[in-house]
Formats: sequence, structure tokens, C-alpha cells
Amino acid sequence: MDMTYAGAEAKVARRKRSAIARYAAPYLFISPWILGFLFFTLGPLVFSLTMSFYDWPVVGERTFVGLDNYRSMLFDDPQFWESLWITVKFAAIYVPFNIIMSFLLALMLHNITFASGFFRTAFYLPSVISGVALVTIWSWIYSKEYGLLNFMLSLVGIDGPNWLGDPNLAIVAIIIASLWGLGGTMLILLTGLKAIPKELYEAATVSGVPGWAQMLFITLPMLGPMLLFTFITSIISAFQQLTIALLLTKGGPLGSTYFFAMYIYDNAFKYFDMGYAAAGSWVMFIIVLALSLGVMRWSAAWVYYEGEVRQNDGEGHA
Amino acid sequence: MAAIRIENLRKGFGSLEVLKGINLDIADGEFVCFLGPSGCGKSTLLRSIAGLEELDSGSIRLGDRDITDLRSAKRDIAMVFQNYALYPHMNVRKNLSFGLALNGMKRDEIDRRVNNAADILRISELLNRKPRQLSGGQRQRVAIGRAIVREPKLFLLDEPLSNLDAGLRVTMRVELAALHERLGVTMIYVTHDQVEAMTLSDRVVVLDRGKVSQFGTPLELFYQPANLFVAGFIGSPRMNFVTANVVRQDRSELTLSGGGLARDLTLETLSSAVIAKDKPVTIGIRPDKLELVSPEEAHLIGDVRLVERLGTESHVHIGLENGADMTAVVRGTHPVSNRERIHLRIPAEHCHLFDADGKAIARALDTETQMLINQEKSKRVA
Repeated sequence: MDMTYAGAEAKVARRKRSAIARYAAPYLFISPWILGFLFFTLGPLVFSLTMSFYDWPVVGERTFVGLDNYRSMLFDDPQFWESLWITVKFAAIYVPFNIIMSFLLALMLHNITFASGFFRTAFYLPSVISGVALVTIWSWIYSKEYGLLNFMLSLVGIDGPNWLGDPNLAIVAIIIASLWGLGGTMLILLTGLKAIPKELYEAATVSGVPGWAQMLFITLPMLGPMLLFTFITSIISAFQQLTIALLLTKGGPLGSTYFFAMYIYDNAFKYFDMGYAAAGSWVMFIIVLALSLGVMRWSAAWVYYEGEVRQNDGEGHA
Repeated sequence: MAAIRIENLRKGFGSLEVLKGINLDIADGEFVCFLGPSGCGKSTLLRSIAGLEELDSGSIRLGDRDITDLRSAKRDIAMVFQNYALYPHMNVRKNLSFGLALNGMKRDEIDRRVNNAADILRISELLNRKPRQLSGGQRQRVAIGRAIVREPKLFLLDEPLSNLDAGLRVTMRVELAALHERLGVTMIYVTHDQVEAMTLSDRVVVLDRGKVSQFGTPLELFYQPANLFVAGFIGSPRMNFVTANVVRQDRSELTLSGGGLARDLTLETLSSAVIAKDKPVTIGIRPDKLELVSPEEAHLIGDVRLVERLGTESHVHIGLENGADMTAVVRGTHPVSNRERIHLRIPAEHCHLFDADGKAIARALDTETQMLINQEKSKRVA
């Protein structure tokens, strides 16, 4: 009798344990990510927002200043507007070039049958090189006297300019160096191209639709979601441009490559005004967010999503 | 109007030869099916006619034009794809008119054709919908509509019904037959489904490993298969085969014995050519023609492995004494049961005979069947 009772009790306890395990298990499995997100993403985010309302030197007294950081940045700091303007200029050139060149490369890789794996790797390779190494390579390429670029120009009789010393050319040099890493964008578009059913082109071919029209009316619309994605990520990466400018030109010459991210960086690590830098970061966040939302809204007119829910699908499956 | 003549068409991919010298003459207005198992080259043949594959050699004529080297768009054909190939970002109207508009056709003419196709296919109320808002059957109609608006001389259909469920497939099959009747255009239809091929076609091309195995009317293929492949491929459940040797030949009368036979079988052929006695022949008999008899009358003896009861009829799977498998179709209520010993008679008048190379040895058909086949052929000519 006792034995049976003890057995039953053990069974209940086991069941209770297994119920807890059942509910907790999924959360335990994702806990590394949740902890990482709390400590390394959400935490710093909230922290930086708080910071932006303070006069927050690295050492010394912190004082609450409310919206003062934002006010003085927007109304009393010409450098803010200048750096923002340079960033916008950069983005306006970099974003379309990045997408168009990635698209053309992807198209080329999609259509070649010879050694496509080799070319795919070759074009993607620059994207895996770390930023600093990449900039070092480009500083050699751009060097006025010993640079590869000017050497190549000299072969065709052109006396190469001082790429990094000319205020008008320095930003062009940075755009070209940034475009070197378009492998990621290219890969996304290549995947998109490969996902377009070839029957769509065959149907068009049989109907006598010329190649340019197939590109315009089939390829581009079918790539819509990928183009939108790369458009938005390109805008974000353009606004975050820091490494190349910091190492290649240090914002010069004459501040011609003084990007917004560098302005934030300088406030934080040169002038040690963490509150002001945090406010700058939030301004950048809001600008990027607004741009992204604008692009998303505009995209409704030209992006088609295959995955949207079908109606009236009672008949047949397919 | 357009008849098609294909001569010695060859096509390979790398070292793999897919089409090995195809010759076909398809009459104007005919509905022809390319039928065969996966990998037999039927889709490649269709795509070659469409101009989507470059030929290695051979020629294709449509009507009085040689279209072998013509661009797909110039061939005066339209094609319906297996997965519909509708442009997902365009609505139905745009899907139908896209090709026409880009070829410089006038707005009124495009509207006339689109509305006409929509009427024929009963999709007028769907013209403003996107493909994703359509059911499988409706999409298939739009895909066919896109072919109709081109008003082509030749329709090519690549397994157009294979993505639909069974019920819808039957409905669409009937609609396709009606459409062919209405348009009167030559249609070529690729399928691996023999029921589709048999019910839709005027004639069927049976393809086997890149070659035309037989080209004939559906009943011809069923009652006069030219070889073992066609005999085994057409008909469900498939034809049973038993090997035997010719032990006596008296002109066109053969006596067969040995192999899988428990008792000698004597039958008449249409030819008195001498058949080698050292090479085995193959007897083919459709499952519904096998008769359950007493042991002394039996040509075949075996054990029942499985009885599938389908209602009207039952399929009896039998393992013969020599290890071969066989299927017999009996009436639905026949009391035959699993593991039972079974005795079967092969009625000589219903069996097919194939020589050692698998080629049919011609035999006479009963008058009724022969009349049916003749009727089918004369309908085609008319």
C-alpha cells in the first residue's frame, strides 16, 4: 500500500517537472540570443538614449540637460549640417551606383556558364576583407606618386591627380573604395535572379517579347523585394560610412570627406562629449528610419511580393 | 492552316542524346499527344518545335514554311507551360495582352482578342485579378488564354494539367477537347498520363528513350501495339507478359510451349514467315482477358498474392510458378482470396505476340475492334 502511494507521489512530481521543462525548454534554447540582445542591443540603445539627454563627459560630473544637446546640434552647430550634407551627397551617389553595379554584375554572373563559381567568389572576396586591410590597399592604390591607379593612368599618358589631396576628388575616391565591397549586394540580387522561373522568359520569348522588354517588365519587377532590401541597406550603410573616410582621408582635405558618422565619432572620442555624440547617433537613427519608411511606402507602387496571401483558392492546389 | 513535318530531328545535351532521329507527320487540325515515361524526350521534342531548344540536326516544317532556324516568336506558335508561367506581377488582362502590345498591335485589336479569349475560357470577370488571386484551374485557363490571343497556327501544351487535382483535371480535359473542336487548330500536347492521351488525341506519339516507338490512334495503340514497350505502357493495369518457345509452325499457325506456360497454346498469326525455334517469343495478354478456369484447362498456374477490390472489378495479383508476376482483372464480387492457388487460361484470340526483339507479330483483330479502329482513322482523315 505504502509502496503504491510513494510510487504515485513520485509520478506526480515527475509530471510536474516535465511540465516545467516543457514550458521552459523553448525559452532556454533561445536564451543565449535573448541575453545577447538584452545586453548588447537593447541595453546600449536605451543607455544611449538616456545619455543623449545629459551633458556626459567621459570623466567628471554628468548633468541632465534635457533636449539641449539636440537643440544646439540643430541650431548652433554648422559642422553638423556640413557633415550631414557630405553624407547625403555621398549616399546620393553611392546608393544608386551600388545597386546598379551590383545588378549588372549579378546579371553577368547569372548568364555566364563558364567558371561562374570562380567569378562569383572573385567578386565576393572584397566583401570578406576587413575594413582596415581594405583601406590600406586603397591608400596604396590612390597614392599620388606610387599608386597603382596613377601608374595605370600614366600608361595611357594621363598624369594622375592627387586623389586623396583634392577636395573634389577625395569623396569620389571614397565612393569607389566603398563600391569595392558590393559583393554582398550582388549576391542578394544574384539569388533573386536565380529564383525567377525561367518559364517566364520562355513564355515571353515564344510571345515575341524582345530582350529589353523582358528585362524591364519581368526581371526588374520580379526582383522588386530584393531591390528594395538592397536599397534600404545601402542607404543605411551610406549613412554609417566611417572606416574608409577615417583611415583614408581623416575627414579631409578641407573637411570634404567629413561624414556624419565621423562627426559623431569625433564628439565621442576626440572631444569626449558622450551625451552630444549619443544625441548625434539618435538624429542619424531618425533620419535613416524616416528615409527607410519613406522608401518602404514608395515601394508599395513598384514592389510585388509573391508570398502575399491568395484569395479564392478553394479550387485546385498548385 | 498548318500541318507539321519533322524530319530526322536530333538533339542532345552534352554527351547525352535525348532525341535520336524523330520523324513525324502531323496533319492540319490534328490533336496529337506525345506520351512516354519521364526522360523519354517528349518535353524536349515539344520545346524543339517551339524553338526553345536548338537542334543538333533535322528539320521542322510548319505548313509550307521551314521553321527549323526561325526564332521562336516568328514560328506562329503558342505554348502553354506546365506551371502556367503567368507573370505574377501583372493582372490577367496584362498577362494576356503583354506579348501582343510589345509587338506593336493596335489597342482595339488587342482588346478584341483578349475579350474573345476571356469569353471562350469564361474568365471575363477575372481580368483585373493577379494570378495569386486565382485558383489552379483559373490560372490554367489564363495560361491557355495567353496562347489563344496569339491566334497561332499551332498550339503546344506541355503537361498543362499535371498541377491540377484529379477532379479538376477531368473537367479541364473536357474543356480542352471542346476548345480544340472550336478552334480547329493543330495542337500538340505532352503528357505522361495515358488516360489524357487516349481521351484527347486524334493520334498519339509514344516515345521511348528518344525514339518514336509507335504513332497511331489511341485504339490502335491499345489493340495493335507495335512492340513490347507500347504494349506494356498503354493500358492499366499493364499487359501481362509470358515467354514461351515456338515448338511447331504450320504456315501461320504457331504452337507455343515451355517458358511460363503450363500447357501448349496454339494461335494464328497474319504472317507465315518462319519464326526461329531457338529464340523465345513473348505472349502478351491484357489482365481483363485472362480467364479463371479448372486445372486441366489452365495455361498458367500461380498463387494469389493480393486482391485489390475496386467495386466494379477486382485486380488479382498473382505469382506464377516460374516466379513471374501477373495481374488478372475479375468481376468485383468474385470470391477469389489471398494465397489461393489459381488457374488461368489465355484465350488465343485475345493475346498479342512479340518476337525475340520485342516487335509485334501481327495478328488479326475481331471484326468489331477492327471496325472501331477503322472508324477512328477515317474520322481523323475527315
